[in-house]
Amino acid sequence: MRPTKLSTLAIAAALAAAPLAACSSSGSSGSSSTTHPTLTYWATNQGTSLQADQQVLGPQIAKFTKATGIKVNIQVIPWTTVLNQITAATVSGKGPDVLNIGNTWSPSLQATGALLPFTSSVMSQIGGSSRFLAGSLSATGAPGQPPTAVPLYSLAYALYYNKAQFAAAGISSPPTTWAELIADGVKLKKNGHWPLAIEGGSVAENIHMAFELSQQQGGQFFDSAGKPTFNTPQNVAAVKQMMDFIQTDKLTNPSDAQYSKGTEALVDYATGKTSMVIWQAASGSLKQLGMNSADIGVVPVPLPSPVPAGGKPVTSMVAGINMAVFKNTKNMSAALQFVKFMTSTPEQESLNSTYGSLPTVSAAYSDPAFQTPAVNTFLSILKSSAAPMPPVAKESAFETAVGTAIIHLYADAATGKAVTDSMIGQALASAQQQLGG
Amino acid sequence: MVDTIRAEKGVTASAPSPPHKRQWRRGWLPYVLLIPAVILELLIHIIPMLVGVGISFLQLTEFYLSNWRAAPFAGTSNYRIALNIHGATGQALLHSFTITVLYTVIALAVSWSFGMAAAVFTQRAFRGRGVIRTVFLIPYALPVFASVITWNFMLQRDTGMVNQLLLDLHLVHSRPFWLIGSNSFYSLVVVAIWRSWPFAFLILTAGMQSIPTDLYEAASLDGSGAIGQVRHVTLPLLRPVNRVLLLVLFLWTFNDFSVPFTLFGSAPPSQADIISIHIYENSFVSWNFGTGSAMSVLLLLFLLLVTAIYLAAGRLGGRHA
Repeated sequence: MRPTKLSTLAIAAALAAAPLAACSSSGSSGSSSTTHPTLTYWATNQGTSLQADQQVLGPQIAKFTKATGIKVNIQVIPWTTVLNQITAATVSGKGPDVLNIGNTWSPSLQATGALLPFTSSVMSQIGGSSRFLAGSLSATGAPGQPPTAVPLYSLAYALYYNKAQFAAAGISSPPTTWAELIADGVKLKKNGHWPLAIEGGSVAENIHMAFELSQQQGGQFFDSAGKPTFNTPQNVAAVKQMMDFIQTDKLTNPSDAQYSKGTEALVDYATGKTSMVIWQAASGSLKQLGMNSADIGVVPVPLPSPVPAGGKPVTSMVAGINMAVFKNTKNMSAALQFVKFMTSTPEQESLNSTYGSLPTVSAAYSDPAFQTPAVNTFLSILKSSAAPMPPVAKESAFETAVGTAIIHLYADAATGKAVTDSMIGQALASAQQQLGG
Repeated sequence: MVDTIRAEKGVTASAPSPPHKRQWRRGWLPYVLLIPAVILELLIHIIPMLVGVGISFLQLTEFYLSNWRAAPFAGTSNYRIALNIHGATGQALLHSFTITVLYTVIALAVSWSFGMAAAVFTQRAFRGRGVIRTVFLIPYALPVFASVITWNFMLQRDTGMVNQLLLDLHLVHSRPFWLIGSNSFYSLVVVAIWRSWPFAFLILTAGMQSIPTDLYEAASLDGSGAIGQVRHVTLPLLRPVNRVLLLVLFLWTFNDFSVPFTLFGSAPPSQADIISIHIYENSFVSWNFGTGSAMSVLLLLFLLLVTAIYLAAGRLGGRHA
């Protein structure tokens, strides 16, 4: 039977309709029912690998599911793409219910309006804001507005050094000034180790270091009105100091300029290839990488001696991970229950002791796990020598622009092209122009 | 038999229909079958492209990400920023454009040459030709991420296989960088050629199948050697295939995102700053998607211009073919 016009038209119509049906919106985050919804949670990569994070978070969150019946779909996102994914979710309106954000991104993400503001009524649903450490709560958004997220893990930078290699090189105590670090480096190189590992290809590591060194020089990247001030002598001096690790002081293997995955420098330290690394609290990762805990030494990052005029004794930025809720989540109360669970004292104690970070709620500090010398070092750094990154809306754009510029400068230094102050100034000026400033 | 009588009756009984109506009745089916493809093409390619053009006239920054309609109208300022070669953004875009053109031309020329040579050499059947052809096609068939990330590992300075080989063969005395610095451009070109020459080989082999072998016999009888046969028989008859192949390879290589992104990550070295990654980074660095869209529109206009010129030139030359 020859196909009739009608049946052919019907087939064509069906073929046209099928993909449209498939394309239709499936609703956000796959909630299965209102009483037992499924939350989607985007976690950042805190451990040595994405799988390691799943193995840490899975059993903890299973407790939450058991207690409330709410299932959580955990997705661990690598640092190289997490900001882009959050941006895409903001634009499309379709994202997770709950997500981790770098605390320095809080002002920028706050400006997009995509995250739920933690007003006092929302805060009361998760147990109130007074539970949190004041320092951690300070890095949750622009001043004068309700926090755009709550602090989850508190972190700071410190200088990790290898006690065994220091002893073998005849160094009696870890360096407290940059001059001492360079002198120690000479002794360590004689013993066949690269003194300092640097994650030269990572935007985040570069920008944090540049900020800390700039603070030490008395510089700032944004003025009090929030306008960018990248190309200043103090900022140039800070970036030059970073370049000199490779080109002048020869403390760092030029190959470190390729390190971009966020893990290689720490691995070099853990495996004994280098004697020092400046890193956020990493005891959990170091244990996983098999480093002998007797060799792990932690001290604050060195300061210049003397501290230049206008310089501040800053050894770390206020680092940390915040937890936020997407404003247009369809499972608001379930999401807030999950936030309450993750910021509850038992979970804060468990997760932070696994990752080696610091709890953001004061009640958790009674746990003996947080009364070790390393934790006390980090706590005192956070209390006395940590400064928050600029709390402006353009903050994450600033991080990417200047961080990327430093990656290119490190590549120049590594491939033998001498990096001068004027090159750094030009790079910073271009980065500032990209922000439209 | 009944059908034949009915058909005969149908032919004689009805009056002859006017010519255009007859053609329409025969011709509507292909158009109807095209409807699903057209709808999907509109949804997936054309409409998002038009939205992108619309964004290029807005100042779409982080404040308006979740509500585009509130973004202020920017007129042509995004285009002026992108084209201002005295400003940082415009200068970087021009640099990236130059690098990309250079990269595309080199990769295209070498890929085509390799593909042509391989196609000519495997034209006549020999023992093992099937295996050789399969091996040649492997780089093109492998998934991009898996193959290019392997290149990334091989090109690492301290732990990569390439440097190990070069040192063992005493070709270099100290390990060079392949993923940063000026060598990064050549690394990218090599990986791109590695991935695209099998495609040229495949298309040219297919094209050569339609060249009758007696033409080659005639040419050799007239005294032309192997190279002469390629020049006088193969190349002229492959002209239509080459016209399409070169255009497609140019567009694909110029627009390539996955190879440079996988090889270098999200912050490629400035010597290998391919324009597709440059535009992607620009949108997310400044969070000014208006400027990023303007750059994309400029890129689109450039490629349309190249395509139009190429096809027009081909049509002019094609009159002689």
